[in-house]
Amino acid sequence: MNYALFFGCVIPTREPSYEASLRAVFKELGVDLIDLDKATCCAPIPIESLDFKTSLAIAAYNLSLAEEANINIMTICNGCFQVLSKANKTLKENETLRTDINKILAEVGREYKGTVDVVDYLQVLHNDVTPERIKENISKSLNKLRVAAFYGCHVLRPSSVLNFDNPEHPHILDDLIELTEAKSVQYMHKTKCCGGLLRGISDDLASKLARNKLFNISNSKADCIVTVCPFCFLQLDVGQLDVRRRFNETYNLPVFHYPELLGLAMGIDPEKLGLKTHRISTESVLKKIE
Amino acid sequence: MANTDIKIKETLRSSELEPNFAEEITKHPGGEKLYLCYQCGSCAGGCPVGKITNSYKPRQIIRMALLGIKNEVLSSDSIWLCASCYTCQERCPQEVEIADLMLAIRNIAAKEGHAPKAFVEQATSLIENGRIPKITGLTQRRRTSLGLPELSPAPADVVKKIAAITGFEQLMEKLKEEAKK
Repeated sequence: MNYALFFGCVIPTREPSYEASLRAVFKELGVDLIDLDKATCCAPIPIESLDFKTSLAIAAYNLSLAEEANINIMTICNGCFQVLSKANKTLKENETLRTDINKILAEVGREYKGTVDVVDYLQVLHNDVTPERIKENISKSLNKLRVAAFYGCHVLRPSSVLNFDNPEHPHILDDLIELTEAKSVQYMHKTKCCGGLLRGISDDLASKLARNKLFNISNSKADCIVTVCPFCFLQLDVGQLDVRRRFNETYNLPVFHYPELLGLAMGIDPEKLGLKTHRISTESVLKKIE
Repeated sequence: MANTDIKIKETLRSSELEPNFAEEITKHPGGEKLYLCYQCGSCAGGCPVGKITNSYKPRQIIRMALLGIKNEVLSSDSIWLCASCYTCQERCPQEVEIADLMLAIRNIAAKEGHAPKAFVEQATSLIENGRIPKITGLTQRRRTSLGLPELSPAPADVVKKIAAITGFEQLMEKLKEEAKK
């Protein structure tokens, strides 16, 4: 089992604990990850907002790297997953656009052929590695923990493109959390937006959306939040400092990237998982699972 | 962003409308199903941004686009307030791809010289570095401390070349000039 790892640009530059924990967990599970050395940014929604064709061409360039290696792309960022999946579907189905984009790619010595698929790492864990095999690797029960699963938008929607899970009532992340024997709690507006893409456009609205998420999660008496998307993580982790300043509300809810939670259940040293790089201390959770 | 509400006149004069605007949107990927909108408001009802501000009303933007109220839509800050959560797109009974339609309208707005500074800055960084966030000394130190290899620069020349061919680089220059005005 092997995949071309597409980790995007926010994770390796700003959230290295996500990358470190994912690599550690996948190594233990026996999944080979091949790095795409010549990858660029996926050209996400802010770029697509300004010029659709540029975004599509950059995404197609990155897809062509995996095609050359003849291996499916595995993303770990919701933004990359959505943009690359959407580009792949558009280019597979629309011959005119494919010809157009390939004219551009020829100038940088590449060609998009449409021979690979884009998958998210949760799908790899859930469908390929399988829950049974993950369970075999779990050495520590997290049964005292109440966890709020936080999917984010772009792993779920648009479902006609992504085919990930039910777009408004998903279960994959909840299932994966419960493999650690932690309780995945229900909370109000679970699949509503964190507001991440409004950062820099309207910080006021972005903070209000993040605050509403934190408010609903804290009402569910969760001990921590588990995210998939690096933008949701920023909104909820460092975002809690912003919420404290703007709304005078202190939540102190630790936020984990999913592979960090799984890593803890697999007995991996918290230092190695990089938990100290989080802005909201994870100590309360580490104490609870001692 | 300061001026987020769309200005609407009480009386619309047909001579001031641009009927080709809707057509222009439908030719853009994501905008094809614009004419199917029957104004039910499912988009606005489920919109998380609309719930906390009056400055973003997807149904209103679509209605204005259909009527051809072009300049008001393109110059408003409102079209940039969609958080692209795609809830509306999942729920639209007419399968109008509303979140993608907002992207289509933004593309047209950008060509007319309207775009938020934050997006233009991100695009500029992408053209210059091949990535949006920059690699800093702190990035490398944190990576090393976690046993990760130092991050190499991304092939910015590829992005720069693509951006030159599609006219994206020139578009960003134009948008930066507009922002100075």
